[in-house]
Amino acid sequence: MRKIRYREALREALREEMQRDPRVFVIGEDIGRYGGAYAVTQGLLQEFGPKRIIDAPMSEAIIVGAALGAAIVGGRPVAEIMYIDFATLAMDQIVNQAAKLHCMFGGQLMAPLVIRTQQGTGRGAGPQHSQSLEAWFAHVPGLKVVMPATSFDAKGLLKSAIRDNNPVMFIEHKGLYALEGEVPEDEYTIPLGVADIKRPGNNVTLIAYSYMVHLALAAAQELSQIGISAEVVDLRTLVPLDMDALVTSVTKTRRAVVVHEASLFGGFGAEIAASLQEKLFNILAAPVRRLGGLHVPLPAHSQLEKQVVPNGAQIGQVVKEMVSTEVVARHEIA
Amino acid sequence: MEDRDTLINLCYTMLLIRRTEEKILELLLQGKLASSMCHVSIGQEAVAVGVCSAMQPQDYLTSTHRGHGHIIARGGDLRRIIAELLGRATGYCKGRGGSMHLVDINLGHLGSNGIVGGHIGIATGAALWSSLQNDGRVTVAFFGEGAMTEGIFHEAANMASLWRLPIVFVCENNQYAMSLPWTHATAEHSFARKGEAYGMPGVEVDGQDVLAVRQVALQAIEHARCGEGPTLIGAQTYRFLGHSRGDPSPYRDKEEENRQRARDPIRLYQERLFREGVLTQADVDAMEAKVTEVIADAVRFAEESPPASLDSVLEDVFA
Repeated sequence: MRKIRYREALREALREEMQRDPRVFVIGEDIGRYGGAYAVTQGLLQEFGPKRIIDAPMSEAIIVGAALGAAIVGGRPVAEIMYIDFATLAMDQIVNQAAKLHCMFGGQLMAPLVIRTQQGTGRGAGPQHSQSLEAWFAHVPGLKVVMPATSFDAKGLLKSAIRDNNPVMFIEHKGLYALEGEVPEDEYTIPLGVADIKRPGNNVTLIAYSYMVHLALAAAQELSQIGISAEVVDLRTLVPLDMDALVTSVTKTRRAVVVHEASLFGGFGAEIAASLQEKLFNILAAPVRRLGGLHVPLPAHSQLEKQVVPNGAQIGQVVKEMVSTEVVARHEIA
Repeated sequence: MEDRDTLINLCYTMLLIRRTEEKILELLLQGKLASSMCHVSIGQEAVAVGVCSAMQPQDYLTSTHRGHGHIIARGGDLRRIIAELLGRATGYCKGRGGSMHLVDINLGHLGSNGIVGGHIGIATGAALWSSLQNDGRVTVAFFGEGAMTEGIFHEAANMASLWRLPIVFVCENNQYAMSLPWTHATAEHSFARKGEAYGMPGVEVDGQDVLAVRQVALQAIEHARCGEGPTLIGAQTYRFLGHSRGDPSPYRDKEEENRQRARDPIRLYQERLFREGVLTQADVDAMEAKVTEVIADAVRFAEESPPASLDSVLEDVFA
C-alpha cells in the first residue's frame, strides 16, 4: 500500500470532503497563501479559491465564532487554530458557545464544526506553543475530542469529524506531520469513538493516543525481547471514549498503563485509570499506572523539554515493575 | 411616511414586550420561574421593536441575556416563551434554557446568550455564510454597551468590516454595564468615531424614539444587503429597572432615573400617534386589553403544559 505523510493524509481528507460537500470550507490563520503553519492546507487555496480557503486575521475568538455562526446556518466549517495554546483565546466560543448550543437551545441548533489544531512537544517551541490541553476539552460536555496518531487514522477520522453534526476538537501533533504511514487510495472513514489495537499482546495493556502511541509501540517492541507481551491500544478519540475496548483489553491482560504527554496531574489518564479500577478492580493484577508530563511549564530548551514528557524507557520501566517474569509465566499457564 | 398598520404595530409590539416583562417579573416574585436568572428590558423596547421592524423574514438575529424584547419583536411565540421561563417541555428550549437562552431558528433568531458579547461571533459567522452563499440575508447582532469592551466585539467588527459582511451591529446603550457607567468603561463615546476605527459607518440614534431607530435600521440593513458591509448603530436608551432581580441600582441617582423614565419610549410614541391622529386613547385601551388577553393565554398555556421531565437532562448533549 502507498505511504503518505500525516499532513498529506489530513490534506487529502480536507480535499475529498470539500469536493464531496460544497458546504465545507476552511478558515484560519495563514492557511491559504502560506499553506498552513504546518503545511496541511498547502495547495488548497489554488484548488478551491478564497471563498473556501479563507485566510483570517489574527483573531482566534472570531475565527471560531464565525465558523460556529456559519455552522448554525448551514455551513460545514473547519476552523484551524495554529497552536492549541492559542485556543485559549477562543475559549468562550468553544466552551460556552459551540459546546452548549445544541443542548441549551433544546436541540433547535446544531454546530457541525471542526476545530483543527495541533499540540505537543518536540520542537522546543516553549511553554506557550507546546502544551497538551486535551483534558480541558474532554472535560466539557458537548465537545468531541479526536487525537489521531497515524496517517491512516488522521485521514479517516478527519473525514468523520467533518461529517459529524457536533463541534469536534481535532487535535493533531506537531511531531507527527512528517511521519509516513499506509493510507489506501480508496475512500474510507473511521467512526469517532472506536479505539484501535495497534499491537496485540497478553501481559499488559499500554493505553495511549496521539504521539505517545508511537512510544508505546516502541516500548512494546523492546518488552517483547524480554518475553513481555504488551498490547497497545490507541484511543484515537477521547470523546466519545471507547471504554468497552479498554475493558476488553485489560480484562485479558489484567494490567494497564496509560501514557500521555499532557501533565499527569489532572490529566486524562486519571479518568481512564479510575474507570478501569472501578470496573475491573477484582481482576487487576496490579494498580493501573499512569505516565504523563511533569506539572511544569514547558521549557523552550529542547533538552530540558525532553525531561518533562514521558519517554519510551519510562514506559518499559513501569511495565517491568508491574510484570515480573514469574507473574508473566503464571499468567500464561493460567 | 410609514403606513398606518406599521405605525400601530410598532406601538402594539412595544406594549406587548412591556406588559409581558411586567408579567414575567410577577411570575418571578411568585416563584414560578424555573431559573433565578432573568433580566428585563423595560425602558429599552423601542430599540428591539424599531430594529426588528426593519428586518426581512429571511434575516437573522442574535440576542443577549436581556433578550425577551428581541424575540417578541421578531414575532416569537409568546406561549413558548412563557413556557420556557416556567420550565415547561413546550418551551422554546424544552424548558432547559430559560430567560437567557431563547431561540427560534424558524424566525432566524439564532439565540439569546448568557455571555456578554459571546453571540457577536455567531452573528458574524451567520453573516459570513450569507456572504459566501450570496443568499441576500442580513444578520442583526444586538448587544449592550458592556459587550463593546469585550475582545470578541473588536474581532468581529474588524472581520465584518474587512470582508464587508452583511451584518448590522446594534448597541443598545442602556448606559450601565451592570453597575459601571458607560462613561467609566470606555474613553471614546462617539459611535461615529468608534465605527470609523473599524472602517464602517457609526450612527447614533435616540433609542427611545422607535421611528428614529427604525429609520436608522432600515438604512443600515439596506446598506448591508447591498454588499456595502456592516454598520454600527448606537441606540441611546435606558434600563428603567435594575440589572436583574435584587439590584436596587445604588449606582444611579434617583434624579437621573426620574429624568430617564420621563422619556418612556412607549408613552412618547403613543403621544406622538395621538398628536398625528393615528391613535386615540380608546385605541390604546383596546390595545392594552388585547395585550392582556394574549399574555393571559400564554401564561395559561405554559401553566397547563407538562414540566420538563427530569430525565431529559441527558438529552441533546450531542446532535
